[in-house]
This record gives sequence, C-alpha cells and structure tokens, in this order.
Amino acid sequence: MELKNAVAGTLESGDIMVRIEPSDGGLQIGLESPVKAKFGRQIESLIRETLGSLGIENAKVEAIDKGALDCTIRARVTAAAVRASGKDVWKD
Amino acid sequence: MRNSKISTLEEAILRSGLKDGMTVSFHHHFRGGDKVVCMVMDKLAEMGFKNLHLAASSLSDVHAPLIEHIKNGVITRISTSGLRGRLAEEISRGLMDEPVIFRSHGGRGSAIASGELHIDVAFLGASSSDELGNACGYSRSENAKSICGSLGYALPDARYADHVVVITDDLVEYPNMPKSISACDVESVVVVDSVGDSSKISAGAIRDSKNPRDILIAKQAAKVVINSGLFEDGFSIQTGTGGASLAVVKYLRESMLEKGIKASFALGGITAHMVKLHEEGLIGRLVDVQSFDKVAAESIKNDPFHQEVSSIEYASGMHKGSAVHALDIVILSALEVDTDFNVNVLVGSDGVIRGAIGGHQDTAADSRLSIIVCPLLRGRIPCVVPRVTTLITPGSSVDVVVTEYGIAVNPARPEIKERLEAAGLKIVDIQALAAKAESMTGTPDPLPFRDKVVGIMMNRDGRKLDEIHAIG
Repeated sequence: MELKNAVAGTLESGDIMVRIEPSDGGLQIGLESPVKAKFGRQIESLIRETLGSLGIENAKVEAIDKGALDCTIRARVTAAAVRASGKDVWKD
Repeated sequence: MRNSKISTLEEAILRSGLKDGMTVSFHHHFRGGDKVVCMVMDKLAEMGFKNLHLAASSLSDVHAPLIEHIKNGVITRISTSGLRGRLAEEISRGLMDEPVIFRSHGGRGSAIASGELHIDVAFLGASSSDELGNACGYSRSENAKSICGSLGYALPDARYADHVVVITDDLVEYPNMPKSISACDVESVVVVDSVGDSSKISAGAIRDSKNPRDILIAKQAAKVVINSGLFEDGFSIQTGTGGASLAVVKYLRESMLEKGIKASFALGGITAHMVKLHEEGLIGRLVDVQSFDKVAAESIKNDPFHQEVSSIEYASGMHKGSAVHALDIVILSALEVDTDFNVNVLVGSDGVIRGAIGGHQDTAADSRLSIIVCPLLRGRIPCVVPRVTTLITPGSSVDVVVTEYGIAVNPARPEIKERLEAAGLKIVDIQALAAKAESMTGTPDPLPFRDKVVGIMMNRDGRKLDEIHAIG
C-alpha cells in the first residue's frame, strides 16, 4: 500500500500522538510512554494489530503516548492510517 | 548584646562539634522554596565532612543538588518523610548504598523523642530570630524577608538535638515574641540573606482543582462525611493536599451553613480553605503543624486561635496527648489503594519514588473515620489495584475509599456502610473497583525492580513496614 507521512492525536494527557511514515522494512514501531514498563508491550501489539487489520504491513510508526486507553489508541492509529493511505476505512 | 549567639555558618558548625558520621537535621517548611538544606550541605562539603546522615522532615525537587554530595560521600544516609524530583529519581535507580529510611511526620517525632532518631546538629531555618535564638516562622519587623508560618516539624529537632543552629534572614530585637523555637534550645544563630522563597511554599503537592472528576469525587466524599454519623456540632477534621481532598472542604462548608454545624478544630497542614472557614466562624481552632500557603502562614501570625503544634503534638503515636487522638474525620489522597484497603502515597506506578507520607499513616490510624479520595485511573494507571506497589498506610486503618466509579467501605466498618446506604449512597465492593480499573487498562506487566533495597518504610510505631527496591 502506498503511504505518505501522516499524523493523528495530540500530546494531551490521556491521548496518544501517532505518526506514520512510509518504509519497506515491515512495521517498525517506536513508543514513548509514561506507562511503558507496565503497558508498553500491550500498546505496541495493539498498534501492530490495528495497522494489520487495515492492511498496512510496511511503515515506520512513532507513537508518543500520554496514558491513553486502548479505545483511544485504536482510534488515533486508525485515523493516522487513513490519512497516510488515503483509504477511508469508515466509508470504503 | 551580652551572650549573643550570632556567628557565621562556618563558626557555628565548628562550635557544634560535628564530626564525620554524625546526623544533621532540617525542616521543610519552605517546601519548594527551601534554601537552608543546600546552603548548609554545600558548606559541610566545603569543610570536608564525610559520611553524614541527613535527617530531613521532607525533601523535594529543590534538593536535587544533594545528588553531588551523595556521589562525593558527604551524605551516606538519609531519613525523610518525602522524596520528590531528580533526587528521588536517582535514589530510586540505586544512587545510595544505604536505603533511605521513610517515616511519617508523627513517626519522625516519636523517633526523635525516643532517641531512635538521634540528631547531633539541627540546622533550622526561621523567618525571624533574636540574638539568643528565640525564633519563629514569621517576622513582625519591617525587614521581614520570608514567611513560612508554623515551624511544627522543626520543634522536635530544636528540643531533642544535641546542638541547634538557627538560621534566619531577619535578625530582630530581643525578645522575639511570640516565638516557636526557644533560645534555651539554641546554641548558635546564623544570619543569611535568605532562608527560603515564600512564594514557593504552596508549590509541589497542592493544587486547587477545577478537574470535573476531582469535583465529582469531592462531592461524593462530602456526602460520606455528612452521612457518616460523625458530622455533628463540634466535630473535627483534617484534609490532605490533593485536589479532591481540598475540594471536599468547599462542599462541607455548604452543608455546615445549611445545618448550622460548626467544627471544633481543623488539624494538620492548614490551607487558605481552612482559614476561610475559621474566619467565617465555622471552625473554632486551627491546629497547624505546617502552613501550606501564604494565607495560612499570615493567619498563624495574626490569629490567636490559629496555633502551631509540633509534629509530636500533632501526630505522635506514642504520645497519647497528640492531636490525632482527638481527630474525628480525615480525608486523604492516594497514589494507589489495594483490595485490602492498603494505601501507597510514596512510590509511583513506574516504581520511582515521587511522594511523601506526611501524616497519612498517623491520621488514618488514630482518627475515627479515614476517607481516601482517589480516581479509579490516572491516565492508563490503575489506582485501585490488587496489591499496592509499596505499603505506606495499612488497610486496617483505612475506612472508606471514594472513587468516581463508586464508594467502597472497609468490611471492618459495617456500621459506616449501613449509614451510607441508608442515605442512598451506592456502595460497591473494592474488588469490583479493582476489576473495573483492570478492565479499562489491561493487566499490567510487573515493574523491573532489582534486588537492591533503596528505601525502608517504617510504621509509626518504629516497626519496619515495607521495602522499596531499585528500579530499572
């Protein structure tokens, strides 16, 4: 899938900012989070799973988390993916 | 003046007989604005002292420069009630060989009185002093440079330390009256440009919350107080410094006015909120171990019914006359509460020390009703958990936990549960709160603690309660 640079989310408490860039080397996920020790593994796997379900297999993802819950993470990753791919998952 | 005790800091240190390995003590009434701890430790380092035990009533971000003194072997042991900022972070990661000893304010007072915590030299900052050492947390002179109000945490040090050095930024004419620290306990008086920045007293833990969740929790906590069976004319109350616990006072005030109920006293750290109720005639006396803002500090100076107490008189468990024994209701915050009602107020969810015990242990144990106000989650951090990271206040002294998802009552207090239910409040099981939190955050992975012990948590009776391990 053809991707362009895209971003979704904010740096407000309880939110997560997700930046997607094109890449050919699979999914490379960088995560910064105040709860990384306790939930980093779960957040990374949720990002991977969300992108996978949207058919994105090659991308560089930078996520700056501010304590977001799963529902927020899924929404921000989806929005960033839609902007990066131009494929509107809610419409198409 | 004859017998003047005025000296330079260096002379005072030499005169004190301080030797390597001894214990020096400090109070934290200037909180984030404190200048005394770093000033004295810098001087002690410069004079070549090593292996000192720093016994402070609390330490905060302003004390980050102590990291160098620890690295250089000037400080090798620390006792405190709180630890925040970069110093706390470094210690959590294993900076020191000896673990930090944590005590509650009442526990520190008891330990000093019993000799368990022996102080060789106390360095006590004061906003005014005369040449003989009658010292105070405010000044009535025109040259007043600072104000911190109560010197409650300094008083056990002044009374029991072998040698006392008062450090002041306003030398006033003898006799400095009224005084907090008596000249009879003081050996030297050192005059400096500034002992602390009074504008930073309320920095740190204290926030005035506009957060709707805090307000919801505060309203629920006020309903718990009102329907607890203890809300009657002459009741007494203390609140902690968290946003929600401060906000409770606002909602209680409305009910006090409506029902014509007045409190006999408010205890502990006193804030502008409490001063307002006192001035309106709703609280008879303010019993102040620590003035939490400038309004409180000014009030203790000007109002005879707003009185200073030492940390021993405030919260000692071994002194049956301490004020906590007369306290009806206390409202406290928490970083974490577990399903056995144990509370952690010291170690963050990342395993890093970032808090202070204060009077948490003392007031929860001796009050008739202790209420913990705590959100279910902070961001993705669950605050009602199966087991607290570090045990600070045992669940046996915690009665009610108020969250935005419901109120839990300790099964040991069935009469409280009954009264709250009769008033139409929804009581939930603490296990259900923990399960709700986990359903929203997921099950956390264990923190990467190491074997090394960086902190020892004491109970107020002098027994060891828990250990804090190095993180990362």
